Amino acid sequence: MNLTYSKEDEEFRKEVRSWLKKNLPKKDKTLSDLPPHDPERVKRAKEWQRKLYEAGYVAMGWPKEYGGQGASVVRQTIVNEEMVLARAPGLIGAMGIQMLGPTLIQFGTEEQKRRYLPKILTAEEIWCQGYSEPGAGSDLASLRTRAELVGDEFIVNGQKVWTSNAQFADWMFCLVRTDPDAPKHRGISYLLIDMKTPGITVRPLIQMTGDAGFNEVFFEDVRVPRANLVGELNQGWLVANNTLFHERNLLGSTTRTQLMMQNLLRLARSRQRYGKPASEDPVIRQKLADLLIRVEAMKYHSYRQLTDAIAGRPPGIAAMVNKLVGTELNHDICSLALELLGSYAPLNRGTPHVVDHGNWAYEFMFTLGLIIGGGTSQIQKNIISERGLGMPKSA
Amino acid sequence: MDFGLSEEQELLQRSAREFLTRECPTTFVRELSKEKDGFSRELHRKMAEQGWTGLLIPQGYGGLGLSMLDMALLLEEMGRAVVPGPFMFSSVLVTLALIQGGSAAQKKAWLPRLAAGEIVGTLALLEAADRLDAAGVTLKAKKNRTGYTLTGVKMFVPFAAAADVLLIAARTGGRGEDGISVFLVERDAPGLTCIPLEIFDLTRRVYEVSCNNVTVPSTALIGGEGQGWKLLSRLIDAACVALAADSLGGAQKALEMAVEYTKVRTQFNRPVASFQALKHMAAEMVSEIEPARSLVWYAAYAFDARPREASRAASMAKARLSDVYARTTNRAVQMHGGIGFTWEHDIHLWFKRAKWNEFAFGDATYHRERLAQLDGF
Ligand SMILES: Cc1cc2nc3c(=O)[nH]c(=O)nc-3n(C[C@H](O)[C@H](O)[C@H](O)COP(=O)(O)OP(=O)(O)OC[C@H]3O[C@@H](n4cnc5c(N)ncnc54)[C@H](O)[C@@H]3O)c2cc1C
Repeated sequence: MNLTYSKEDEEFRKEVRSWLKKNLPKKDKTLSDLPPHDPERVKRAKEWQRKLYEAGYVAMGWPKEYGGQGASVVRQTIVNEEMVLARAPGLIGAMGIQMLGPTLIQFGTEEQKRRYLPKILTAEEIWCQGYSEPGAGSDLASLRTRAELVGDEFIVNGQKVWTSNAQFADWMFCLVRTDPDAPKHRGISYLLIDMKTPGITVRPLIQMTGDAGFNEVFFEDVRVPRANLVGELNQGWLVANNTLFHERNLLGSTTRTQLMMQNLLRLARSRQRYGKPASEDPVIRQKLADLLIRVEAMKYHSYRQLTDAIAGRPPGIAAMVNKLVGTELNHDICSLALELLGSYAPLNRGTPHVVDHGNWAYEFMFTLGLIIGGGTSQIQKNIISERGLGMPKSA
Repeated sequence: MDFGLSEEQELLQRSAREFLTRECPTTFVRELSKEKDGFSRELHRKMAEQGWTGLLIPQGYGGLGLSMLDMALLLEEMGRAVVPGPFMFSSVLVTLALIQGGSAAQKKAWLPRLAAGEIVGTLALLEAADRLDAAGVTLKAKKNRTGYTLTGVKMFVPFAAAADVLLIAARTGGRGEDGISVFLVERDAPGLTCIPLEIFDLTRRVYEVSCNNVTVPSTALIGGEGQGWKLLSRLIDAACVALAADSLGGAQKALEMAVEYTKVRTQFNRPVASFQALKHMAAEMVSEIEPARSLVWYAAYAFDARPREASRAASMAKARLSDVYARTTNRAVQMHGGIGFTWEHDIHLWFKRAKWNEFAFGDATYHRERLAQLDGF
C-alpha cells in the first residue's frame, strides 16, 4: 500500500489545479436560478465539457484512436479529485462517457467506436438511456418495445419512459425486443437510435422537483439501420447488463458525494442555530461526523477498487455495494442540509432569502430519484445477496 | 498510488486463518473461558513461533519489523476467530510504547522477551471515572530517591492477571496532559493487587488493579517524566486501529455464519435464505462491512505513513467499526432465530465481543466528536 503519487503525477496535479483555477466557469447568478435542463444551461454545460476535453481531462483512459489518451486510471483520478476540490460542475455527457462509452469499447464494432466515441467526449452528441418502459422497470427484461428486422433496417414501435435528458439528447442507447417468442432474456437487442429519426416523439414529464428531468419517448415505425446494433442480434441482455454495471458505478461515484459533503460542512459552519454556528451544536456534530466517516470510507473504498482495476483483478462483492451506498449517502447528506436550513429549507429557487440557490432542496429530491433510478435500492440488495452471497432467488 | 494488499500480506492473512482454525476453534475459546485467567500461555507461545508477538518489533530486537497494516490484517483474523487473550494489549500497545517511548536499555530489556512470547504485557489506563482524556488519570506517582512510588486504582485493565508487566498511566504532577507519566511495572511488585471483574464477553478479562505504595525504579519510567500523554495518545490511536481491525474480522465472520445458516435452515418448505427480508438484511451487512474494510486499511496505513492524518483516521475507523460490528452481530443473531439466542450456539461469542470492542477506547459517539474537533467543525 502506498498512497503517495509519483513526482510526475504530482506535477500533473499542479497543472490540473492551475488549469481549473483559470478556466472554471464563472458563477453566474441568472444561470443558477434556471432549472438544470434549461436550454441556456445545457448549452453552457456542453461548452464546459468541451473545454475540459480540449484540455485533455475527459475519459483520459480511453484509447487514443477514439479520442482518449490511453492514460492511467491514476491520472483520471487526479483530475476527478481536483475537480472536487475546485467545486467544478459535473459533465453533461456523463451517461455517454461513463455508461455507453465503456460498453461500446467492449462490445462495439470498430466502425461504431470510431463513429460515436469521439463525439461523446466533445459533448457534440449527448446520449440518453432507453431502458425502462411503463411495464418494465425493475423487471427490465420484460420490456416490449418491438424492433423488426426488415432488410437492412429495424422498424421500431413502442414506448420508453423515465428517459432522462431525452428532451435534449441527440442519441439514445435503447433496448428493444427482436424475438418475441424467445424466453424474455434472449429476445432483446441493443440499438443506437438517432433521436432526430422520424417517428420519435418525446414528451417531457415533470419530476417532483418541478422540472422536466425525464421523458416519455414514443416510437412509431422508426427506422434504424442494422449497423446500429451493438453486440449480436438477440444478445442485447448481455450488453445491457454491462452498461448497467457502469451505471451503478457512475451513480455510486464518490466524487459527487465528496463535493456535497464539503458543501454541507461549509453550510454547517455558516448557518446559525440559536445564536451559534450549527457546527457547534453537539447533536449536529455527531451527524456531520457520521456522514463524513461514511464519505471517507467510500473514498478509500473507491481507491481499493481502483487498485483492483489497475491490477486487472475482478471487482467482486466490494463493487456491488457502490450504487446502494453511494446514492443513499448522497440523500442523507442532503437531508442533513435541509435540517440545518430549517425554515429556509423549502424555499424555492429564485425566491427571496433562498440559500445556495435552492440547490439543497433540489438535490434532496434529485438524490431520492437516484436511489430509484439505475435499479432501486431493493434491487441492489437482491443483486448483492444473490450474486454476491449466493442466497437463493425469492419464490 | 496503490491501495491494495501485497502478496506477502495476503499470505499472512491466509496463514493466520489456517493457524487459528487449527489452534483456536470455538471449542478451545469456550474451554479457555472457564480457565482462571482466560489466557493460554501455550497458544501465546505458538503465536510467538509464527512471529506474531514480534510483528511490530524491529529486527534488531528479535521481531519482524512489519507495519501496522500487517498487524491490522492479523488482528482481523484474530477477531474472526474471537481469539481470547491479551495479544492486542501486549503485542500492539505495550510493544509500541517501548518502541516509540523506550530508551535503548529499556528496549533491549523488554522487546526481545515480548517478541519471543516469554512475557506478556497489558495497558492500565482507565480509572473509575471511565474517561479517556488526560483528566481521567489520577493514580499518583511520587518521586523518591531511587524511583517512584505508585498509589491509586486502575480499572478495566485487560488481562491484568495474565500479564507479567503492566504499563501504568500515572500522574507525577500538575493537571491536564502535562503531569502524566507512564511506567512499566511488574505484576508481582509488592503492593500491586488485581481483582477480577466478571464480564459478559467470554473472550476478554478485565481487572481492578490497585497500587498501594508500589515502588518502582526510575528505569520503569517510559519516556520522560510528565511526557506520558503524547505516548498514550499514540497508543489510543493504535488501540482504535487494532479494535477496528478485530471488529472487521468479527463482523465478516458473523455475516458468513448467518448466511450459511439461512441457506440450510428451511421453513415454509424453502431455505429461509430465499426470504427477501433476510436477503436484504444480509446485503445491508455487506454494504456496511465492505466500505468499512477500506477505512480500516486506511487507518492502519495512516498510523505509520501519514502521522498528521493518523488520529483522525483512527477515530473514523473506531467510530464506524463500533457501529458496524454491533449492528452486524445483532442482525446475525436474528437471522439464526431461536438457536442464535442459546448459550450452545457460537454466535453470541461475536455478539458480546462486539459490545466490548464498541466501548473500549471510546465508543462511536466519542470518536465522532473527536473527529469533529480534529477537523475543526
Ligand atoms: C430520476 C430517475 C431517472 C431515471 N432515468 C432513467 C433513464 O434515463 N433511462 C431509463 O431507462 N430509466 C430511467 N429511470 C427508471 C428507473 O430505472 C426505474 O424507475 C427503476 O428501475 C424502477 O422501476 P419502476 O419505476 O418500474 O418501479 P417498479 O419496478 O415498479 O418498483 C416499485 C417498487 O417495487 C420494488 N420492487 C420491484 N421488484 C422488486 C423485487 N424483485 N424485489 C424487491 N422489490 C422490488 C421496487 O424496489 C420499488 O420499491 C429513471 C428513474 C428515475 C427515478
